[in-house]
Amino acid sequence: MSTTSVLFDAPGPRSKRRVLIGSVIAGLLLLGVLVLVGLRLDAQHQFDVEKWAPLFDPSDEQFPLVWQRIGEALGNTLVAAALAMVFSLVIGTLLAVTRVTAARWYRWAVVGLVELLRGVPVVIAIFFASRVLPQFGLDLEPLWFLVIGLTAYNSVIIAEIVRAGIDSLPKGQREAAESLGLRRGQVLSLVLLPQAFRVMLPAVISQLVVVLKDTSLGFVISYEELVRVAGQIVQVLSNPIQVYLLIAVIFTLINYTLSRFAIWVERRLSQGKKSATATLSATDPAGAGTGGG
Amino acid sequence: MRLRGLMVGTVTAALALSLAACGGSSDSGSGNPSVDAKASFEAGTTMATLSQAGKIRVGTKFDQPLFGLKGLDGKPTGFDVEVAKLVAAKLGISADKIEWVESQSKFREEYIEQGKVDLVVATYTINDKRKERVSFAGPYYEAGQDLMVKKDSTVDGPEALKAAGAKVCSVTGSTPAEKIKEYVDQSNIVLFDVYSKCADALRTGQVQAVTTDNVILLGLVDASKGDFKLVGKPFTKEPYGIGIKKGDTKFCQFVNDTLKAAAADGAYEKAWKDTAGKVAPNTPKLPETATCS
Amino acid sequence: MNVIIDNFPLYVSGFLQTLRICAFAALGSLVLGTVIAGFRVSPVPPLRWVGTAWVTVFRNCPLTVVLFFCAFGLPEIGVNGAYFWFGVTGLILYTSAFVCEAVRSGINSVPAGQAEAARAVGLTFSQSLTSVVLPQALRTVVPPLGSVIIAMIKNSAIVGAFGVGGDLFAVGDTLTSSRGEAVLPVLIGVVLGYLVITIPGGLLLGLLERKVAIAR
Repeated sequence: MSTTSVLFDAPGPRSKRRVLIGSVIAGLLLLGVLVLVGLRLDAQHQFDVEKWAPLFDPSDEQFPLVWQRIGEALGNTLVAAALAMVFSLVIGTLLAVTRVTAARWYRWAVVGLVELLRGVPVVIAIFFASRVLPQFGLDLEPLWFLVIGLTAYNSVIIAEIVRAGIDSLPKGQREAAESLGLRRGQVLSLVLLPQAFRVMLPAVISQLVVVLKDTSLGFVISYEELVRVAGQIVQVLSNPIQVYLLIAVIFTLINYTLSRFAIWVERRLSQGKKSATATLSATDPAGAGTGGG
Repeated sequence: MRLRGLMVGTVTAALALSLAACGGSSDSGSGNPSVDAKASFEAGTTMATLSQAGKIRVGTKFDQPLFGLKGLDGKPTGFDVEVAKLVAAKLGISADKIEWVESQSKFREEYIEQGKVDLVVATYTINDKRKERVSFAGPYYEAGQDLMVKKDSTVDGPEALKAAGAKVCSVTGSTPAEKIKEYVDQSNIVLFDVYSKCADALRTGQVQAVTTDNVILLGLVDASKGDFKLVGKPFTKEPYGIGIKKGDTKFCQFVNDTLKAAAADGAYEKAWKDTAGKVAPNTPKLPETATCS
Repeated sequence: MNVIIDNFPLYVSGFLQTLRICAFAALGSLVLGTVIAGFRVSPVPPLRWVGTAWVTVFRNCPLTVVLFFCAFGLPEIGVNGAYFWFGVTGLILYTSAFVCEAVRSGINSVPAGQAEAARAVGLTFSQSLTSVVLPQALRTVVPPLGSVIIAMIKNSAIVGAFGVGGDLFAVGDTLTSSRGEAVLPVLIGVVLGYLVITIPGGLLLGLLERKVAIAR
């Protein structure tokens, strides 16, 4: 059934024993490392109650304040990610369509822009937006600089996803639409794009994971998202390890849920449509969204 | 006019005294300076505009213990914050009408130039390079760059750093980080975004010294519960000024007068004692304010 | 534009620092990612758990958080060293999760018959993995691995903020903040520095993709 079983035989009695021994050794090693780390942390007083209580003990007087700050920060993170995603979808689709329909004389400009935006680190795009745009009189809140920076990078990725989505559709769709006498724009907007979006959905949700992680780069422009607020909380409570651990858990939970959701959507879509594998994989790391920061 | 000003001064002083009598343990947020409700200014000046609007945007640090630190309740506290409140009160603006804008070191000039903030009180050293872009009122405090080391360290000044092969930690984009280059090799300078990270690095032995203005270090020494000590040989002079729009002489003069009045009626001393004074041994005298230009 | 010319040596040193970080991180994450991929398909359950947990954590946490734990968590458990290596380690940990997933999907793309044949001639799990499946998988994973590495080069811009310093982005930061240079030309210089690596990298990758692509 699963691919893992292809790599090794169904274990017989001897290899069962070997696997068991292997498991025990690996388990012991793992446990040993964990205990060692735990002891070292304990020696540095990292398990002291005062370092954990403000985060996890509801009766601690700082607990409600800390969680209120974290709640606001989480809200900011989600807002930035959502806005960036919406803009990226719109601009990305436009980019993809332009690239498909562009006349030759300006297609190179579109391609150039895409390559440029793709090659620039996201953190620099954000930094650039926040420091250069105001010089041209664009005075915005940090939120918008973050959104602009994230959109600059992700719209290019979305454009690629859209293009792949259109490419994955059966040729007959376009041909049928054209034979009905639809114009090129109509073929795209009425026939191809709606189907492509359906196919793209899992990949788009996965990209959302990347955007969510990248909002943490807002720290360079003092946008108060999770990681920056964690830094501020640490200034008061002086328990960096504990606070950042909490932040790591929050991110992992949200993003893991999103990834599972993407996989679920992918399954749903390929069930509804028996014809071949017509979704862009949510898990395929070849999909352009290979983890920004 | 003169008489009223005098009365307000007396009342403020009395209030300050009575509050001081309540003991320094009270939260600094509770003792906001009394608002000059009938403040009126020559039309067209920055003071008149701000006073009429009834609110002011102040740039300060959100991550600098003792000077400007955003607490768990989301409100900044510290000496810079109190100084800003004094100025606002003189304009007839109460503390809750101040909009605090986080101003990291590298953004301060830009924020003033772009009008994102009306004034910046953020451990902002007056120097000629900065004067090309902004004007300074004050200084309201004079700090000096110093070193913080572990309590058993033998480093007794910046000259000893090189011989000891010590790694020195400071904050990106700050003047101390530039200054220390005269004493140690570039490869031995470690830079983070906030000083609390430097303190962590010192505690775990990743660096052997932390350098910045002595008052900032005092806060870290205090928080270390005796693990760290201040070397106590300031090797620079860092006059902290209040950054305002370049060439706004009248506003500068007004801020200077406000500072002098605050020094005379005890509000300055109270602001210090409520914040940095909790760890710094003696209350400073207001430095001779520079002429406005 | 004079800023770039005046500070050219600084830019070059930043560029070299970025290259150094990336070279070590690329090597490390390719090796580590492949090992973790091996864990994920291994017959030993605890290893599979480690592999899955590894990928779940490092794929879903922001790089800033991972780097934080490397720069401040490691000294806490008694591991001391240069921040350069902490930064490289963080980049390796983060990138290895993506490398692992790329390699794993490559392993999955090798036809089942290959592994079955390997087993039929009596190869063990590790033998069939290292001498039959992985060599074929690596061919299919070259394109995705390439984009992982290019993404890693761009991610390296964050490493400088964790005590490493001296990389391209940090050079831009120093010039604009401590020296108060005009922002636009300085940043253009920084961006050019990255494009010099990423755009040819992308082109090379496209070329490689066509070369190693195998029809299936």
